[in-house]
Amino acid sequence: MATTPYRVIGTRPVRHDGADKVTGKAVYTADFKLPGLQAGFVLRSPHPHAKIVSIDTSAAEATAGVSAVVTGADFPNVQDKIAQLGEGSVNLAHLSANCMAKDKVLYKGHAVAAVSATNAHIAEEAAAKIVVEYEILPSVTDIMEAMADDAPLLHADLFTDDLGQKADTASNVAVHMHFEKGDVAAGFEQADVVVEAEFKTATVHQGYIEPHAIVADYNEDGRVRLWTATQGSFTCRQQTAEILQIGVGDVLVTPCEIGGGFGGKIAVYLEPTAAILSKKAGRPVSILMTRTDVFEATGPTPASFMRVKVGAKNDGTLIAGEAWIAYDAGAFPSGVIGHGCTCVFSCYDIEHAVVDGYDVCVNKPHTKAYRAPGATQVAFAMEQLMDELAEQLDICPLEIRMKNAVKEGSRRVDGPVYPQIGYVECLEALRDSDHWNSPLAGDNRGRGIAGGFWFGCGMKSSAACSVNSDGTINLLEGSTDIGGSRASLAMQLAETLGIESSDVNPMVGDTDSVGYTDVTGGSRVTFATGLAAYEAGIDLQSQMKVRAAELWECETSDVSIADDGTFSGNGKTAGFKDLATQLFSSGEALVGRATVAPECPTNGFAAHIVDVEVDPDTGKVTILRYTAIQDAGTAIHPSYVEGQMQGGAVQGIGWALNEEYFFNDDDQMTNASFLDYRMPTMLDVPMIDTIIVETGNADHPYGVRGVGEPPIIPPPPAIGNAIYNATQTRMRELPMSPPKVWQAMQSSD
Amino acid sequence: MATIFIPAQLRTLTAGIEQLEMDVHNVREVIDQLEQRFPGIRDRLCQQDQISPSLQISIDSVITSRGMIAKIQPNSEVHFIPAIAGG
Amino acid sequence: MTTATKKIHVTTTVNGESVEFLCEPRNSLLEVLRDTLGLTGCKEGCNNGNCGACTVIVNKLPVNSCLVFGVEAEGAEIETVEGIADANELHPIQDCFLEGAALQCGICTPGFLVSAKALLEKKPGASEETIRFDLSGNLCRCTGYDKIVRAIQAADKQMSAATVDSTTND
Repeated sequence: MATTPYRVIGTRPVRHDGADKVTGKAVYTADFKLPGLQAGFVLRSPHPHAKIVSIDTSAAEATAGVSAVVTGADFPNVQDKIAQLGEGSVNLAHLSANCMAKDKVLYKGHAVAAVSATNAHIAEEAAAKIVVEYEILPSVTDIMEAMADDAPLLHADLFTDDLGQKADTASNVAVHMHFEKGDVAAGFEQADVVVEAEFKTATVHQGYIEPHAIVADYNEDGRVRLWTATQGSFTCRQQTAEILQIGVGDVLVTPCEIGGGFGGKIAVYLEPTAAILSKKAGRPVSILMTRTDVFEATGPTPASFMRVKVGAKNDGTLIAGEAWIAYDAGAFPSGVIGHGCTCVFSCYDIEHAVVDGYDVCVNKPHTKAYRAPGATQVAFAMEQLMDELAEQLDICPLEIRMKNAVKEGSRRVDGPVYPQIGYVECLEALRDSDHWNSPLAGDNRGRGIAGGFWFGCGMKSSAACSVNSDGTINLLEGSTDIGGSRASLAMQLAETLGIESSDVNPMVGDTDSVGYTDVTGGSRVTFATGLAAYEAGIDLQSQMKVRAAELWECETSDVSIADDGTFSGNGKTAGFKDLATQLFSSGEALVGRATVAPECPTNGFAAHIVDVEVDPDTGKVTILRYTAIQDAGTAIHPSYVEGQMQGGAVQGIGWALNEEYFFNDDDQMTNASFLDYRMPTMLDVPMIDTIIVETGNADHPYGVRGVGEPPIIPPPPAIGNAIYNATQTRMRELPMSPPKVWQAMQSSD
Repeated sequence: MATIFIPAQLRTLTAGIEQLEMDVHNVREVIDQLEQRFPGIRDRLCQQDQISPSLQISIDSVITSRGMIAKIQPNSEVHFIPAIAGG
Repeated sequence: MTTATKKIHVTTTVNGESVEFLCEPRNSLLEVLRDTLGLTGCKEGCNNGNCGACTVIVNKLPVNSCLVFGVEAEGAEIETVEGIADANELHPIQDCFLEGAALQCGICTPGFLVSAKALLEKKPGASEETIRFDLSGNLCRCTGYDKIVRAIQAADKQMSAATVDSTTND
C-alpha cells in the first residue's frame, strides 16, 4: 500500500459525535421534546384504490384530549406544478396528495386524516372514530397488468410522456424513454453469440431502523419550525413551504440526528400534516410513523420487469445490446426509470445499443430512491447475461468483463463520454484479491462476481468556518449526517489547514444558519460538501495571509503557506493554531466561507465476489464469503468508506435473497413488519471483506469519488451468478428466496 | 463548433439527424438554433423558459446547473439526458 | 369513550438508582423510559419486538422494552444505555464501537451496546458464531454488521484483560 501524501486524510479518528451516539445522548427527532407537545396519529386507507366520498371527523374532534384533526380539506390546493428540489423534480400536486389524500386514495396506507392529542394512544383511539366513506375502485399492482389497455386507471389526467410529447389517451404509463446508440439491428447481425432473457424484481424497502418522524411547531409569528429526520433540510423546507403555500423563508428546518435514509427520507410525508395539526392545535405536534406505515406508505424502490438481449463476437467483444425495462412508479409518476435506462449497459463498451424504459403507475406506495435508484434491478439482468455469454464463449467471467469494461473515452447509451474512471482498476483488484485466488471446494458451492456503476452527484453545498481564540475551528455545514460524514468533512478541513481533525468542531446547521445545501444522497457529501469545507479553509487562509502580513509588517505577497499549513513571512513563521491565536486579539474575527456547485459526476464503480452454498433440499442460500471492491477516488476516512461498502453489500444481499413486498388478492401488503419483511440479521451474513481502490479524481482537491451508492448494485447479480455456478440453475427473479430457488432447481433438473 | 446530440426520441423531428455542429456560446443559443431548424423541438426540451425538469444538460460529461445560461466551449459535446439524482 | 384508566404507581431501579413513576396499564416500558423518565437512549424502531432498537436489561436479561409493560418494572432492576458509561468514562464496549467505527447512523447502537455488554458479561470469550446468534435480534441497516462484530470481539479482549488485571492485583 502506497504511503499517503496526507497527514489527516486516510487516518481513522473517532467521529466527533461519537460520545453522544454511544451514550444515548444523541437527539433523534422522536427524542426531541417541547412544552405542550402533542402526539399525532395518521389515519390511512384500508383500500388500495377508492374515491373518498365523505369524511366525518366530529366524533374524533369531540374526544377528550384531542387538540386537532386534519384531512385533505385542510391542505391548500396545489397546482400541477413541477418544483425543482435540487435532487430531481417533483409534481407538487402529487407530493401534496401523497401526504394527505384529497378525493382519491391510491394505495393501502394512503393518508386520509390525522389527529393530535395529549398522547399517541388517545390520538390513535380518536382516529378510529373518524368515519370515512369510500367508493371502492378496481385496483392493480402488477406492472404488466397496469400497462394493459383495460387496466384500472389511477389518474384520468395521466398521459404517457414521450420526451415532451403527450399521448392522446390516459393510461398508467407516465413516461416512455428511448435511447439509441449506433445501429442495433446491424450489431446483432454481426454477433456470433446472443443471449436474451426476461427478469423480474419485487418491491423492496430501504429498511432504515428509524421510522419517519417530525416535530412541528406552527409558531404564533407565522413561522413553521420543523425538527425532522431528513436527508435534506433545504429540500424538506422547500417541499413543506410549497405544500403549505407559504414562503420558504417562513419555514425553519432543524435536522435532528437521523436513523438511516438511503434515499427514503428525501420526500416529505409527515411534515405538512404535522404543521397543519400544530396550527389548528396551537401547540407543537410530534409524529413518529408506525413501522407498518413506513412499509405501506413511504417510498420503496420500484419492482421491475425487464427483457434484455446482448450479443457478442466469438472473442468476447460485446457488439449489441437491447433492453426493455418497466419499473413500477407506485401511486404517482416516479422517474427512477431514467436511471435504469442509463445504467443497464453503463459498465461495458457496447457499440450498438437501444433501451426502452417505462414508468408505470400501480396501486402501491409512490416509489422513491433506494441507494443507486434503478441500477440494481438492471444489473441483476445485465451482470447475469454477461456470465451467460462468458459460458457460451468459454471465457472466464472476469475476462469478459475486463475485455469490455468502460474506460476513459467510453460512451454511455444516453450519450456522455466517461472521463478517467476506475472500473478496470476494480476488476484488476478483484483478479489480484485473496478471495478470487482462493479455491472453493465442497458440494453445492459456487462463486459469482458482478460489477456496478453509479453516477455520483455534485450539486450545491455551502460551508462556513469560524476560528476560536484557541485556534480550534467551528465548521458549519448543511449536510445532514446519516453515516458519519461530519468526520470526513472535518478531516478535509483539517488537512487543508494543517491541523488535527480533533481541532475542528463540525456542526450540521439548520436552514436559518448555513448556506443552501442539497441533500445527503447521491453519494455527494464527502465529495461536494468536502469541497466546500476545503474552499472555506482556503478562504480562511487567504484572510490570514493579509492579517499575518499586518502582524509581521510585510506585504501580503510576502506571506507564504507551506503544504503543512505553516505561514511564513518576513522571517517569521507560525502554524495555523498559533497564528490564529495571535490574530484573535488583534483585529476582526476570522470567518471563512464557501459555496460550491461542482458539476462533474464522480463516476463510482464497484466489483464484488461472493461464495455461496445452496441447500438442495430447501433452496436456502448461505453466503460463505464476500468481498466488496470499490473505487473511492481517495478514502478520506477508510473506516467509513469500508462501512458504506459493507452496509450497501448487506442491503444488496437482503434484496437478493429474501426481501420483497407480498400482496394479497385485494392488493394489500401482507408483510408490513420486520418479522415478515425479513432483512438480514447479523446471523445471515459473514464478515464483508473490503478492498478500496484509489484512482483519485481530478475534479476534487483530495481526489474523492462518491462511495455511498455503488455497493448495493453488485450483490443480487453476483449471488445469482454464484447460485448458477453452484447448481446450474439460472435465477431470473428477485428475491432468490428459498422457495423460488428450490422451485427453479426442480424445473431445471 | 460544438457538437449537439439529439436525444433518440426527438430524431423523428430531425429527420433522423443524430448530431449536428453548431456555433453557439450557451444552451439558450442551442435551443434557439434547434427550434429554428426543427420547429416544435423547443417544446419537447423546455418548459416555459427553462429546460424541462426531467432533463439535465451534459456539457463534456459535466452536468451543468446553470440551465439556459450554461456556457458552451468551441469543441464541447452537449447531451440532453434524464435528470440524475441518487438516494 | 377513552380507555384510559387510573394510573398505577411503580417503584423500580434504573441504572442503579431508585425511581418512581406513574403510568397507564397500557404503557410499554419503552414509552415509560422515553416519555416519563426522559431516558431516550432506547429507540422505537418497530414497536413489535422485531428490531431490538429498544433493548434494555430487566433483571439481568436483555428484553425488547416495547414488549414489556411499564407496570412490569415494579421491583425490577433495569439497565439502559445511559448507565453503561461510568460517569465520564466510556465502557470498553462503547470505546470499541467508536474506535472500530461500528456505527453509522447510530440509531441501533444503544440497543446493540446493551445487548453486547450483557452477552460479554455472561459469555466472555464468545465465538463469532455465538455473537452473531445471540445478537441476531438487533437489526442494523447501515453497517452490514462486520464492524459491530469486530468491535464486540475487541471489547471482549479488553474486558478479559481488565478482569485478569483486577484478579492478579488482588
